[in-house]
Amino acid sequence: MKNLLRLLLLSVLLFAPVQWCAAASHDGGNGEVDVKSVIFGHVKDSYEWHLTTVGDRHVAISLPVIIYSRRTGLEIFSSAVFHEQQEYKGFRIAAEGVNEGKIVEHDEFGNESRPILDLSITKNAFALMLNSLLLVVIVLLTARWYRRHDARKEVPGGFVGIMEMMIEMIIDDVIKPNIGATYRRYTPYLLTVFFFIFLSNLMGLIPFFPGGANVTGNIAVTLALAICTFIAVNFFGNKEYYKELFWPDVPTWLKIPVPLMPLIEVFGVFVKPFALTIRLFANIFVGHTALLAFVCIIFITMSVDRYIGTGMTVVSVVFTIFMNFLELLVAFIQAFVFTMLSSVFIGLSQPEHHKNTTDK
Amino acid sequence: MSLLLPDAGLLFWMMLSFGIVFLVLYKYGFPVITSMLEERKKFIDDSLRNAAEANERLARIEEESETILKSARDEQIRLLREAAQTREQLLADAHRKAATEREKMIEEAKVAIRREKDEAIRDVQAQVAELSLSIAEKVIRKELSTDKSRQAYTMELVDEALAVKEDEQ
Repeated sequence: MKNLLRLLLLSVLLFAPVQWCAAASHDGGNGEVDVKSVIFGHVKDSYEWHLTTVGDRHVAISLPVIIYSRRTGLEIFSSAVFHEQQEYKGFRIAAEGVNEGKIVEHDEFGNESRPILDLSITKNAFALMLNSLLLVVIVLLTARWYRRHDARKEVPGGFVGIMEMMIEMIIDDVIKPNIGATYRRYTPYLLTVFFFIFLSNLMGLIPFFPGGANVTGNIAVTLALAICTFIAVNFFGNKEYYKELFWPDVPTWLKIPVPLMPLIEVFGVFVKPFALTIRLFANIFVGHTALLAFVCIIFITMSVDRYIGTGMTVVSVVFTIFMNFLELLVAFIQAFVFTMLSSVFIGLSQPEHHKNTTDK
Repeated sequence: MSLLLPDAGLLFWMMLSFGIVFLVLYKYGFPVITSMLEERKKFIDDSLRNAAEANERLARIEEESETILKSARDEQIRLLREAAQTREQLLADAHRKAATEREKMIEEAKVAIRREKDEAIRDVQAQVAELSLSIAEKVIRKELSTDKSRQAYTMELVDEALAVKEDEQ
């Protein structure tokens, strides 16, 4: 019971920054809570990393904006400039429309358009770099243990032990059975993917800096990961794979004169990374949205009635704790599933192995 | 809708950071760990197999020692029996030899006794002959006067000598 109370208190404290942010910036003066802007303000990308609001002051990390525009050429400046003025050198952050929240410029006809290239280090890009750095440090520290110890005589404990357990699990349960004999070539890639997604998911669940960014719930990130798997599948597929792609083992009338089966097969090649992209993105995105929605319930009901609000706060906190545990599970499961599907797709690009087993 | 549209800038940064992370981990991270894990796995497999083999060998050695012990025991019994047999045979031989020796000695003793006896008889005969001669001499010297008495005396002496001789025989 004591532990439960402590957990409740802790979870309220953990969500405190999000709540302050929501209360201060989206109250709108008339008591209405703009849930949509709260949630989307969190799950979408932005040009600065908003940490918290103390009183009327926003505490945020300003991130560099890197833009290449036909009008001005390459422009690099801090996103802090948008605090003082709406527009800087003709660039501004669009308040609404298709490009809402993105930097836009006005061309000579007065039309609003995106610059040619926007390579700004946004909140997600920055979080991405932090996560990457953390991942590199974690794995290299683990590798260092193995360099300094004889693994035949010692078994690591503590953190290295956890890493070893996960690495062994991914290799033995996911990579080996799905890829088969040539699995060694893909092990580093698949392990990197697993730990990258897992770490990013976990960091996303930490509600304050340096976590809290919706990295794996961003479609650009998941698309990049899917492209990497696409490369691993199609650039390293063997002859048998391409033969099955363009001349599958089906009755000839399915291939000539209308190449029905090859078309379906080639279509499938592009559907696979698409499925990977959407699955990871949607799962993490929805998790973050649900968590924030539960927190927002507090402010919505508070603005309606103080007593209902107090009651709902308890319910909301309980649900938020539940969702957090669920998201911890999801963080692992989605990393696991992405790795598993990637290895299944890679395994399908090595069909010789499967043919041998069916021949027996 | 912008949620579902991948942002080019973020895509670029993601590709860059993920690429760098992958390259670094590919070179310095995971191969070290995975090769060590594989080595350990191999080591454990080898150790298990070795232990099983050693166990088997031990069992075989035990079996062998058992058979060796058993054969040694058999050999011991056989040797003991043989020794007993040899002893008995030796004893019997000795007995037989002793018996023949004894018989031989008895035979020799008998021969020697007979020879001694013969010699003794011969001696006695010679003495008798000598005695008869001396008696005859005395008789001749004394009884030369009367024929009758001489004759009777001679006869008496001869009878006596003959009686002695018969007694001896």
